[in-house]
Amino acid sequence: MAGEAGLEIRDLSVRYGPVRALREVGLTVPRGAVVAVLGANGAGKTTLLRAVSGTLRFHRGGVASGSVFFGGSPLPASPAAVVARGVIQVPEGRRVFGRMTVAENLRAGALGVRDRAAAAGARERVLTLFPVLAERAHQRAGLLSGGEQQMLSIGRALMGCPSMLLLDEPTLGLAPMMAARIAATIGEINAQGTSVLLVEQNAATALALASHAYVLEVGEVALSGPAAELAASDEVRRRYLGVGTPETDRPVGIGSGRTLPRWTA
Amino acid sequence: MTTFVELLVNGVSVGAVYALIALGFVVIFKATEVVNFTHASLLLAGGYLIARLHPVVGFWAAVSAGVAGAAVVGALVEFLVIRRGRVGSHGVLAIVTIGVDILLTTELTRQIGTDVLAMGDPWRDQVVRLGPVTIAETRLVALGVAAALIVAFLLAFKFTGWGVAMRATAEDAETAALMGVRLGRVSLSAWAVAGGLAAVAALFLCVFPTPGLDRSTAAAAMKAFPAAILGGLDSTTGALAGGLIVGVTETMMSGYQGQLAFLGRGIGDAAPYLVMIAILLFRPAGLFGTKEPARV
Repeated sequence: MAGEAGLEIRDLSVRYGPVRALREVGLTVPRGAVVAVLGANGAGKTTLLRAVSGTLRFHRGGVASGSVFFGGSPLPASPAAVVARGVIQVPEGRRVFGRMTVAENLRAGALGVRDRAAAAGARERVLTLFPVLAERAHQRAGLLSGGEQQMLSIGRALMGCPSMLLLDEPTLGLAPMMAARIAATIGEINAQGTSVLLVEQNAATALALASHAYVLEVGEVALSGPAAELAASDEVRRRYLGVGTPETDRPVGIGSGRTLPRWTA
Repeated sequence: MTTFVELLVNGVSVGAVYALIALGFVVIFKATEVVNFTHASLLLAGGYLIARLHPVVGFWAAVSAGVAGAAVVGALVEFLVIRRGRVGSHGVLAIVTIGVDILLTTELTRQIGTDVLAMGDPWRDQVVRLGPVTIAETRLVALGVAAALIVAFLLAFKFTGWGVAMRATAEDAETAALMGVRLGRVSLSAWAVAGGLAAVAALFLCVFPTPGLDRSTAAAAMKAFPAAILGGLDSTTGALAGGLIVGVTETMMSGYQGQLAFLGRGIGDAAPYLVMIAILLFRPAGLFGTKEPARV
């Protein structure tokens, strides 16, 4: 069942000191696919991406057990080595280098690429996807709007010529129009051949883009399946798509029995 | 007026040398967030190598060896101590660098003993006369070399891949790592560059009119600390400005000591710290520093 040598996460458990953040999570992203991970705040979505990109140690975390495979072989735990394998993460909250110009940010994204021709090609591609970045090339990144910063953040990651992109909440905090645009661009990037692991709270956007989806709850996979099936399932609709009968939308009252047990975000 | 011009040129020259030291200090802070108290002993190591080697291999080769040697010592401190130090806070690492500094300085002063080592430079005590103004050749060379190195450094910082990696790391280390930047290499190169710059500074701190390298040279190097701090610990521009301010103030205060007799003797040595305190009272982050240098 494991997809054509894409990303495979097997029984992954992650701890931050005494706190367990993920418990035996399994997930597969076949080559060329878009796979979404949904879940509330604190469900472990970002932790999952950190475990793949090797940045858990920046948060005093570590992999307790399990493994991450990419292209059929284990992914190393050092971020630079992960980037060299073509797996690049776009961090949550954009995290552009605000004191550097847009052009310098893109250059920073290509630091892991040795091949100059490949870097030039990547630059071409990024500026075609996001023409606004060419217009603002010499502006400080900190002065861009939120949407432009998100474009820069994705563009910067694409400069590293990824075969797999890890996106952490790319539409968070953006105006609906801009969010739709970013989503369309993600589809375009995927159509050009880059696999995508998309972490989102905005389930509607994510399920529209993805072929498969996983729902994380308190560090465990609660649900998984084809995106269309999940989008149609009552549980996902109620919890993550904000559609449901008025009764279930009401706060849980005393003695109301089994409803939305952990929906506390 | 003549005295003033002479003092100004000497002050700017000394300031440029302080700026070299402060620049290394700032580069290390930016790349690793460690306040590096080992800097004075890196400088002493570089100077010591030049002084010991020049009779054997000649002055220019000795300078190259001194620069390379200090760079290696810096890189070793990073590799053996800073990188291994799995301690929580950068404050603790700063204290560790004090320990390393004491070790290195103790050994080097033992080697130097009570000697005053000449640097074997070709400029000796020659002076250049421009009308009534007399300036030591060493001061002019120091100014020229320091300016050239600073410009080269700033250009590299702005335009090379190394510079981009360095600035990206300084701004957001985790995100830089996500771009494939090897943080270990960035940190190692910062320490090496700082060591090399310190060795050049050592040379110019120990040539005429200073008698030579002796055990007090490290104390002279300490004046670059107020330079870096008053400029703002995380600003290269600040290091330059701070260096110049400290150099000029110190030289002026020493030069006009006669008129400043009511302040007591040796006010020149205290001047850098007085300026630093005065500036920090009004701008706690330094002249060019980011308001809150510590990242969250």
